Formats: sequence, C-alpha cells, structure tokens
Amino acid sequence: MNKLQILVICRHVEILATIVRLINTNDQWSATGAVTDEDALAAFEQSPFPVVLLGNGIDSADETKLTQTFKSIRADVKVIPHYGGGSGLLFAEIYEALAGR
Amino acid sequence: MANTILHKAATRGHANHGWLNSYHSFSFGSYYNPERMGFGALRVLNDDTVDAGMGFGKHPHDNMEIISIPLEGDLEHKDSMNNVAVIKNGDIQVMSAGTGIYHSEYNNDRDKRVKFLQIWVYPNQRNVTPRYDQITLDINDRHNKLQQVLSPNADDAGVWIHQNAWFNLGKFDKGVSTEYNMHLKGNGAYIFVLNGDVKINDQLLNTRDGFGIWDTDKFTIAAETDAEFLIMEVPM
Repeated sequence: MNKLQILVICRHVEILATIVRLINTNDQWSATGAVTDEDALAAFEQSPFPVVLLGNGIDSADETKLTQTFKSIRADVKVIPHYGGGSGLLFAEIYEALAGR
Repeated sequence: MANTILHKAATRGHANHGWLNSYHSFSFGSYYNPERMGFGALRVLNDDTVDAGMGFGKHPHDNMEIISIPLEGDLEHKDSMNNVAVIKNGDIQVMSAGTGIYHSEYNNDRDKRVKFLQIWVYPNQRNVTPRYDQITLDINDRHNKLQQVLSPNADDAGVWIHQNAWFNLGKFDKGVSTEYNMHLKGNGAYIFVLNGDVKINDQLLNTRDGFGIWDTDKFTIAAETDAEFLIMEVPM
C-alpha cells in the first residue's frame, strides 16, 4: 500500500526534524522536509504531494505564494497551516485536512 | 439566544502514559475526535497528572500561546531562552511559542505528584518573538469573586497572550453567584469546573465538566456547592 506523502516546510531546522519524525511514526504516512521555499518547490515539482504542512517562520506573503504555486501544479493539494511545532495537534490537523474540514 | 455545548468529564479523551495521566477536553496526540477540535481559539485543554520525579523532556513548540496552571505540586520549567523557574499552585505560566521554543517541565519532587492544566490558545498572529512569563496570584482574590488571570493586555491583571482572550478563576462558596460579561462581541466562554458543582444559567456542571457558551453577551455562574472553576473567554 502506498503511503500518504506529506511535504513539511518549516524554517526551524530542529522543529522540522521533529515534525518529520512524528509524521513518520504513522506507518501509513511518509514525510519529506524542506527549510527553504526553493527546496520545497523543487520537491513538489518532482513529486506533487497530496498534503503540504506549513510550519513556522514562513511569512504570510510566502505562504500565499507557495499555496498558489502548489495548487497550480496539483489543484487538489491540501495545504495545512501547522500550529504547535510537532505537537499533539499534528495528527488531528492531518486527519481534518484529509476529511476536507 | 445563546448557543451552548456540554462536555461531561467522562467523555474526555484519556491517555495514560504511566508517568503522565492526561485527560483531553479536545483532540490531542493520539486522541482524535472530529467533534472535539477546540472551542473557538481555545484548542487544547489537558488535565495532566505527572508522577513524582517525572516530566516532559526537552521538546519544541511554535505558533501557540501555551498557558499552564498548576493545581497541586511544583513543576520545574527550563527553556531555550535560559528561563529556569518553578511553578506551583497559585502561579500561572505563559509561553508564546512564536517562531520556536524548546522547553522541559519536570516534577522534581520524589514523593508528590503534580496536577496542572495545560491550555493552548491559537495566537492572533503567527511567528511572533517567543516569550515566557509566570506570575504568582493571590488565591484570596478569587474567593467569591472572579479573578482575572490572563488578558490580551500587558498592563492588565494576570499574564497576557497574543489573542483577544480573558481567563478568570473563581473559588465560590455554596450559594454565591455572579454575572460574567463578555469583553468582546463575538467571543465565547468555555467554563471548566475544577471541583464542585456550578450552574451556568440553567445548566448544571460537575467536577471536570466543560461547558461552552457563545452568541451571548453575558451569563450567570452560580455555585451549587463550594466550587472552583476557570472561565476562558476566547474569539469564536
């Protein structure tokens, strides 16, 4: 069975590592991390992820630009603003996005 | 006409990690209930008990206003901004996680457990500069009256956060009642009973019940027994 591929963008390297590690504890999910927008866009162009998690440090203009670019490549991508930093909210945020809420 | 929602104590999520026994009013960790995703900007209300000598190791947070209210015992706090402090019953601690913060919270007592409320409120802006604060409250100031312990204003009573939220604690004798007036139109209030029985308007609440009320400017809270409770007013 294919795992759900999730792209995580976060400016804080250690928090990014935590989020990726936590997502990967779910054996149905697989996370790829990116610190910069350039790395994120390159990863997305190579493999259009169904889910993108926006972590901390990304200013709102960049969030808008990234979201627009992702949607132009894959219209049904779910872009989730993540709060808490690899926290107890992470799984619920992903479940809610997958349920379309 | 006010809208309301009742969360009985027994319907909360529960996670027993051995050293940590936690009841979740809203989805958290492995507890996921789509009907319990928070109350407005209030996202997490965890009722935690930490065993003696145990605690939360160093871990990160970002973009969340995190409030801790100790109910029993002492908790040692350390963070990446070089804050080292002990919070105890009567204190309130706040962290604006913003662009990122690491912290640990330990119960250093070898004999006594720690009970505390862990509350997370969505910030009204992302990526703020991280900050930490704690204050000691005078418990007598909540006897038969509401004691404001949190607001959006640095120069107001209690701690402050990046959100249009107000928290009040009350410790009422049986028969005492008061009216709570919302600070902002569009805000709602979530009442969590620490112990005893209270009535919010006509709704009876027991220990550890939660009750949300919104689309109203005010409500009445009455102690049916000696009771302690927390009122969290947040944007909806």
